[in-house]
Amino acid sequence: MTGKTTIIVHSGDFDKVISALIIANGSLSMGMDVTLYFTFWGLNRLKKGGLEKGPLSKMNMLGLGRSMVKGRMAKANVASMEKLMADFKELGGKIIACEMTMDVMGIKKEDLRLELIDEFGAVGSYVNEARKSEITLFI
Amino acid sequence: MVKIDLDCRGQNCPVPLVEVRKALKKAAKGDVIEVVGTHPASKKEIPMAVEALGEELLEIKDQGKEWVIRIRKV
Repeated sequence: MTGKTTIIVHSGDFDKVISALIIANGSLSMGMDVTLYFTFWGLNRLKKGGLEKGPLSKMNMLGLGRSMVKGRMAKANVASMEKLMADFKELGGKIIACEMTMDVMGIKKEDLRLELIDEFGAVGSYVNEARKSEITLFI
Repeated sequence: MVKIDLDCRGQNCPVPLVEVRKALKKAAKGDVIEVVGTHPASKKEIPMAVEALGEELLEIKDQGKEWVIRIRKV
């Protein structure tokens, strides 16, 4: 195995989080290590029952746009966010949850899906992962 | 040696690539994975992943609208 991808998942938007997971799973599939650092709005997606709940970044229209996109994705046989997340963990992907975001947003550890989270950390944890990475993205 | 069949017909990005990686992870040395699919980009990208992973690409062939790729775990 060679190389590493580190992605900051700052957005909680449905379309952006799914893009992050697709890039992450593609990287794992091509033999790279991957760390996802969930912070700000992204951290909401790690709440219990929250993974698929994000709005669309554009044309959400109070959730109508989101439903339409989800319908079209199902028709095109695009994997669900839960499947992408299960594959991510099965292939050894690592998740860091931002502690500062938890303080700011009043999120407690018991609100989060702890089975997905490998570490709680801050900016130093991100830098430590990113400095060893050939690919690093902010989504 | 075991032959492992993977049916990814109809699956979209990134599923065929991910399923191949999962199968390679579970396979033993010498096992052959035969994956069949329809997603066009995966036909190019699965061989890229096989090369990156240092596994052996045995065959890529077309079967009508489907492609078949055979990989040996090294």
